Amino acid sequence: MITLLEVSGVSKRFGGLHAVSDVSFILGEREIMGLIGPNGAGKTTLFNVVNGVYKPDKGTIKFAGEDITNRPPHQVVHLGLARTHQIVKPLQDMTVLENVTVGACFGREYQPLQPARKVALEVLERVGLAERAQMSARSLTIAGKKRLEVARALAARPKLLLLDEVLAGLNPTEIAHMIGIVRGIRDSGISVFMIEHVMQAIMSLSDRIVVLSFGQKLAEGRPEDVARDPQVIEAYLGDPDIAEKLKEKIDGRGTTG
Amino acid sequence: MILRHPLFWLILVFAALMAFAPLRANNVSLREDLILVALAIILASNLNLMIGYTGYVNFGHIVFYGLGGYVGLYLATVRNWNLVLAALAAGFGVSLFALALGMGILRLRGAYFALATIGVLQAVQSFVANFDPWGRSTGMYVAFDAYERLGGARHALWITYFLVIGVMALSMILSLGIKISKFGLGLFAIREDEDAARVLGVNTTVFKAIIFSVSAFLPAVAGALMFYKNGMIDPSIAFEFMLSLEGIVMLMLGGKGTVVGAVLGGGLYEKLRSYLLTSPKFSNFQLVIAGGLLLLVVLFAPGGLIGWIYRIVPRARKVIE
Repeated sequence: MITLLEVSGVSKRFGGLHAVSDVSFILGEREIMGLIGPNGAGKTTLFNVVNGVYKPDKGTIKFAGEDITNRPPHQVVHLGLARTHQIVKPLQDMTVLENVTVGACFGREYQPLQPARKVALEVLERVGLAERAQMSARSLTIAGKKRLEVARALAARPKLLLLDEVLAGLNPTEIAHMIGIVRGIRDSGISVFMIEHVMQAIMSLSDRIVVLSFGQKLAEGRPEDVARDPQVIEAYLGDPDIAEKLKEKIDGRGTTG
Repeated sequence: MILRHPLFWLILVFAALMAFAPLRANNVSLREDLILVALAIILASNLNLMIGYTGYVNFGHIVFYGLGGYVGLYLATVRNWNLVLAALAAGFGVSLFALALGMGILRLRGAYFALATIGVLQAVQSFVANFDPWGRSTGMYVAFDAYERLGGARHALWITYFLVIGVMALSMILSLGIKISKFGLGLFAIREDEDAARVLGVNTTVFKAIIFSVSAFLPAVAGALMFYKNGMIDPSIAFEFMLSLEGIVMLMLGGKGTVVGAVLGGGLYEKLRSYLLTSPKFSNFQLVIAGGLLLLVVLFAPGGLIGWIYRIVPRARKVIE
């Protein structure tokens, strides 16, 4: 596995709150890595630290061989690391096409306006927003805005895409469509690092999963291993007894069945 | 390419008409009317770069105009510079000042930025009112024989008129050029959501500083020309807060964020204002009207005249920038 993103010993504090404490992991090329954890575990903060929105208090972040620890977000994009937002941030009064053109213009290839428009149209086709290209971003549905987030990030022609809950708030049909898009992204050679609460989706999409709880890395591994980890179950359900019982149940099933 | 844009040619035709209408009729009062219209368009267009394009409300935009007037007048009369050179020097000097200023106050957002711009206006006015080389609160005068170099006062007035029309045309072309450029797209992204723009790769700090500086250039040049034409300058007329506010009214009236909107708003408002100011019934009533207009526009037509046209004829979006 060729390392694309290397996060080592990263911590981020807000006053007394340790949002992220000493988190390390490696993400390889062409990999889909999931990031899960209960609400408030520090997932989005970790994203913000990785793409430069926040500066970490400790630790380093390397991307494609370069130290990006203290780079501002706009420089991080030029290096090929794009992201979407959990709370969508469409450029409301601009058209869908213009939104995506911004991504292409100021992304990794820093395209001039005309070629950027072409890239934007291709990407809109890919995420299924081509017919809405001339509509204002404001008029999109929430599912449309999520796709727009993905399209804008893709237009930057990234090597790594950070997806922050792109499935949240979508209905089952829309989820299926978005999962198709994410698979397509990986197949085109882009690595994906995604936060998700829809377990079925993240379990089936991810090659590996990192679990955060109270800012700390709780587990890392293949989806099926992570799902059986008692610590992970505890973090999600909160009660060690329930976790213990569940573990017994699973183990019991494992030996008898 | 801007040359392929129909609006570019329309701007040239418009400026040519403005320039030659009073010349053909040899009508001096028409010229004096039109120079004020041109000035309104210059101020509104350049203010539009900040308010309409970038989303930063600048209440102190007039500071660039006033400072340009001071620098220009100082160079042209005390230092005996050629008028065009003095005006250009004023433009560049004030732009540099804006760049330095912008680095500081552009860290503020929303209402805080707007408040800071008012503070800057007051601070600059107080500074100039106590600055000896610029004549403190009495200001500076252009000695009558200074006009001799331009072939006498009559000639000088025509020359400054054409120069101001030229600056007006440049303001409109600048607005159009930025609007259809990649730089403009980055500014619009900042206007819509500055944090999103940063994450999409726009270097927001640099973009904002550049546009702030650019928006200072032509108003400063215009200031140098206008105050030279008027023959005098003092701190209260150079840094008139009301004119700053009226610039915002013009922009809202015409439609912020559009090239044509700034022109329409500037032109119409100036016409209305000069009517109100000169009519005996309404004299000094223009600010009441301005306030009322602003209220109506914000409440019922937030996109201004152009926004209203866009709503009725959606296809107009593609033609009118």
